[in-house]
Amino acid sequence: MIRFEKRPQPSQIFSIATPLLAVLTTMFFGGLLFAILGKDPVQSIVTIFWEPLFGEFAFYYRPQLLIKGAPLVLIAIGLALGFKAGIWNIGAEGQYIMGAIFGAGVGLAFYPTESIFIFPLMILAGAFGGWLWATIPAVLKIKFGTNEILVSLMLVYVAEQFLASMSLGLLKNPEGFGFPGSRNLQQYDSAHNADIIAGSGMHWGVVAALIAVIFAYVLLSRHSLGFAIRVTGEAPRAARFGGVNPSRLILFCLGISGMLAGLAGMFEVAGPAGQITIDFNVGYGFTAIIVAFLGRLHPIGIMFAGLLMALTYIGGDIAQSQLQLPAAAIQVFQGMLLFFLLAFDLLTNYRVRIGLNEVAT
Amino acid sequence: MDLSAINPIILVAALISAATPILLAATGELVAERAGVLNLGVEGMMITGAVCGFIISVNTGSPAIGFVMAAVGGGTLSLLFAFLTQVALANQVASGLALTLFGLGISSLMGQNYVGIKPPRMPDVNFGPLSDIPGLGPILFSHDPIVYVGLLIVAGVWATLKFTRAGLILRAVGENHDAAHALGYKVKRIRTLAIMFGGACAGMGGAYISLIRVPQWTEGMTAGVGWIALALVVFASWKPWRVLLGAYLFGGITQLQLNLQGAGVALPVEYLAMSPYIITIVVLVILSADKSRAPGSLGRIFHASQ
Repeated sequence: MIRFEKRPQPSQIFSIATPLLAVLTTMFFGGLLFAILGKDPVQSIVTIFWEPLFGEFAFYYRPQLLIKGAPLVLIAIGLALGFKAGIWNIGAEGQYIMGAIFGAGVGLAFYPTESIFIFPLMILAGAFGGWLWATIPAVLKIKFGTNEILVSLMLVYVAEQFLASMSLGLLKNPEGFGFPGSRNLQQYDSAHNADIIAGSGMHWGVVAALIAVIFAYVLLSRHSLGFAIRVTGEAPRAARFGGVNPSRLILFCLGISGMLAGLAGMFEVAGPAGQITIDFNVGYGFTAIIVAFLGRLHPIGIMFAGLLMALTYIGGDIAQSQLQLPAAAIQVFQGMLLFFLLAFDLLTNYRVRIGLNEVAT
Repeated sequence: MDLSAINPIILVAALISAATPILLAATGELVAERAGVLNLGVEGMMITGAVCGFIISVNTGSPAIGFVMAAVGGGTLSLLFAFLTQVALANQVASGLALTLFGLGISSLMGQNYVGIKPPRMPDVNFGPLSDIPGLGPILFSHDPIVYVGLLIVAGVWATLKFTRAGLILRAVGENHDAAHALGYKVKRIRTLAIMFGGACAGMGGAYISLIRVPQWTEGMTAGVGWIALALVVFASWKPWRVLLGAYLFGGITQLQLNLQGAGVALPVEYLAMSPYIITIVVLVILSADKSRAPGSLGRIFHASQ
């Protein structure tokens, strides 16, 4: 009979080993899934994980790693702060959309004026948009005790409809021959979030992601607010006795995660995506949840997890074009990863004992 | 705009049908939550049920078999959640999200060859002359069998929770799992069964969307119904009949919103389409003040220490 014994302290070794174990297990079962779909499992896994980094066309894919990784890391850092405190912001996708709409809206309002102040203004607007959208569940939770999970998620659907209305209405390109979608910000120099070093994929969003990682690391390990977040997550009662104000913490955690998601959306719309369209959002807000857990809610971990997840996106695209692997297979693959991660987490918090049961349990 | 085009009797009849997916999913989730399990994977189980039911119906030609297999599909997916939360003792919020993300992925993978196909139609129940009663006939006696199955499930859940020993045990497990464990009840087994029931109901609810409401298969077609169902359980303060009431309310809003779109109201379509979600939030705000009805052990991990 297998028994689990709670560890007094989470295991240090396993807290690093479980993400790796989960990735390996996902590769195995993912390969199995690809085999069921009639693809060569080894070749599929190699295509997804090796090709973008060291393959023949790696020079093209490596910058993509930063482009796809930056929004994931930005969003996941914010989410992790909340998750650590037991504040569940599930609506990052909506905040990402609102950040993009606000950012692009400000940029387009100035069209065709050229000025170096436009891009910084757009950054502020993007951060504000995301912050605003995340503050709704925060305020409702504080004032009325409403569940922030459900509210933030409902707001994703509202934001998606708002995005559709914006790209068909207010922000529609007047010179777009009636097609939905805004002007392309890539062709508007003042608003374009261009690569800092051409061709490197290193745009301002990547810089922001790095700053966010450092900021979150310092916050969590050195600042009293970070301590308040950790205590609230692990022992809410103790936190209250220790003088942590739960309302302020909710406002901060949701606000900052909304802000970062908004920034991610704004950098995306001004750079790689270029324009507001009906299907502008591609689910980064949801994938970032996986990234946050895969990185064990730790800023440095999230950075690596974000890059790994970006790799599965890029590798998935390659596998789609070369092996005709369906796009949904990658989605399943990413979902599996979260599953195995949560399952293996057992080993971090519990010790496995194998032996006979003494008496009936 | 022409509001006279909206016939109240047809509207009420349609809202009963529009409410059925939410009703089924919310009733299933209610049972799981009464057992102390917060399963945020409703959306994932619904969409999996939707695709399973659709595939089976198209291949067998029988919507009835489709619904059964949708329930099996949803129940099977929920076993993953049961494994994570009951065996691997993982956080329920995270596990539920994992279930939703996984369900959305696996459903679009399974359904990719079924886009654009029309499923076999499920005939309405034949009540004979009853359905010709003016007013009442179209509202009460002109639906497909699943509408009535949904109502029976609500009644069954209510009666089981209120009058039977099994219901009492389930509630005990949800209110205080340590006490229930001390009395010798198998907390994990009971919770696993409750989770599976929730999965089966959500699966059927999903299949109702893909087989009867829409009826065709598109990726992510449940579009948040699973989350609305979760909100509904809170709204209903964990009571079956209130779930029914809430489901009709939301069904009514959805249907009215669609009818208004059709009637050409001055509001843009997008803003009308937002309304069910915004109203969900408003209702949550109004009803969240009273949390006293929530099962005591809701969302907590049970681990029998020795």
